[in-house]
Amino acid sequence: MPVTTEAIADAMYAMVKEYQGKKKFKAGDLTKAMKQQFGEADADKAACKAAIRSLIDSGRCVYTYFGGSFIEIPHEEGAASGG
Amino acid sequence: MAKSGGNGTPMLDELEKGPWPSFVTQIKEAAEIKEQAQDLLKLLERSYHEKIGHWKHGGIVGVLGYGGGVIGRYNDLQSEYPSIAHFHTLRVNMPSGWFYTSEALRTICDIWERHGSGLTNMHGSTGDIILLGTSTDELEPTFKELTDNDFDLGGSGSDLRTPSCCVGPARCEWACYDTLHITNDLTHHFQDELHRPAFPYKFKIKCAGCPNDCVASIARADMSIIGTWRDDIQIDQKEVTAAAKAGLDIQKDVCARCPTQCMDWDGKQLSIDNANCVKCMHCINAMPRALQPGKDRGATILLGAKAPIVEGALLSSVLVPFIKLEPPYDELKDLIERIWEFWGEHGKNRERVGELIQRVGLGNFLEAIEIEPVPQMIAHPRENPYVFYDEYFEEGDDESEDDQ
Ligand code: SF4
Ligand code: SF4
Repeated sequence: MPVTTEAIADAMYAMVKEYQGKKKFKAGDLTKAMKQQFGEADADKAACKAAIRSLIDSGRCVYTYFGGSFIEIPHEEGAASGG
Repeated sequence: MAKSGGNGTPMLDELEKGPWPSFVTQIKEAAEIKEQAQDLLKLLERSYHEKIGHWKHGGIVGVLGYGGGVIGRYNDLQSEYPSIAHFHTLRVNMPSGWFYTSEALRTICDIWERHGSGLTNMHGSTGDIILLGTSTDELEPTFKELTDNDFDLGGSGSDLRTPSCCVGPARCEWACYDTLHITNDLTHHFQDELHRPAFPYKFKIKCAGCPNDCVASIARADMSIIGTWRDDIQIDQKEVTAAAKAGLDIQKDVCARCPTQCMDWDGKQLSIDNANCVKCMHCINAMPRALQPGKDRGATILLGAKAPIVEGALLSSVLVPFIKLEPPYDELKDLIERIWEFWGEHGKNRERVGELIQRVGLGNFLEAIEIEPVPQMIAHPRENPYVFYDEYFEEGDDESEDDQ
């Protein structure tokens, strides 16, 4: 059975969650990881793009910018409180 | 000029003196209706005294679904300047060629007075309308009002930045392709890439209608699309004579300044050795009535410019010497996608495409994006290790040494 967008999104989310605070991932990093995990045929570029869209549009993840754009779990940033 | 010193800002007041419009005067005018502008003046004055900036980058704020268009800013003295504790910038995608109706401008200014500081910057270096200063709570309401009025956010972060172009055929007879249409078309076609950052770093596209390059694409765009022609410059000999009669010294001011010396003026007739014309536009700029670009028009595509950040500045260099640019621009779109594919796969974080080409070598890059090498890609022929010119060798040199 082909891998669903949601399954890829869940796997991406698990990866982002596991490394939150330790390592930031770009969209390309997540795509490469999913290709390894599910195989290129199932987790191709379009499927990974759709999975990222689902993660972002649902609010489970957000884009962040720290010298480059990353995908992270929403969190409060230090600068927001003047820190 | 706004009342000087009214905000206790003696150093800023100095910047209102002199003949030029002053940003201080503008902020003071905004301060009459906006508390944020009042606090901004005070904080800036303080920074001038202390010689310390009080702004911090934010990396998380944005609107739902988008990864670009909002640049987070906070100050680090929030209890003293609470109205600008958050002072985020929004980038709004400008229309091609920056054409607005006065009504559109009023609409955007009204939205910004309702939701932000009322201060704008027309335009940012990429070309977007810049709305300066709002709080996190106001981002979604501003975005909603903007989109309700057919505006959208532009790019920021590691995405396709808002494509921009010169006024092109709307105002300029030298446009060799429709810069406005192609910019609009690419902006719509690549919406996902514009709003959902998926690249190693930013990617800018700028479209200039002719080699005058009024949008400075060769210095500022990862992909510079510069109009050109491949037939002969159009000459109206009557107008050449008229220009000479009107006082233009054609030999001295036109022919002698042609970089390849491919023009000849015998006092009656102007001739051009078009095979040696490098399309610099000098003669056409000097005699706009007499000379025009040729009729077989298209564009040269160049790749790789960037400002100095990690590495030094780069200018774009030729990738496709000539391409016809007509809707739906499929050939160009395919090329762009092949470039992104390779860059996405092999680019390091914060590596612009020009830097990637330098790192992997032009040959490998061309092979990957399926483009044949052509002589126009060589920036400095005399430095090409495979081409040897006789004048390179002085008497007594052993040419074979260079082969080692
Ligand atoms: S770049 Fe060329 S076509 Fe575009 S506005 Fe300037 S002169 Fe005109
Ligand atoms: S466009 Fe430039 S290179 Fe070409 S003929 Fe005119 S001056 Fe010479």
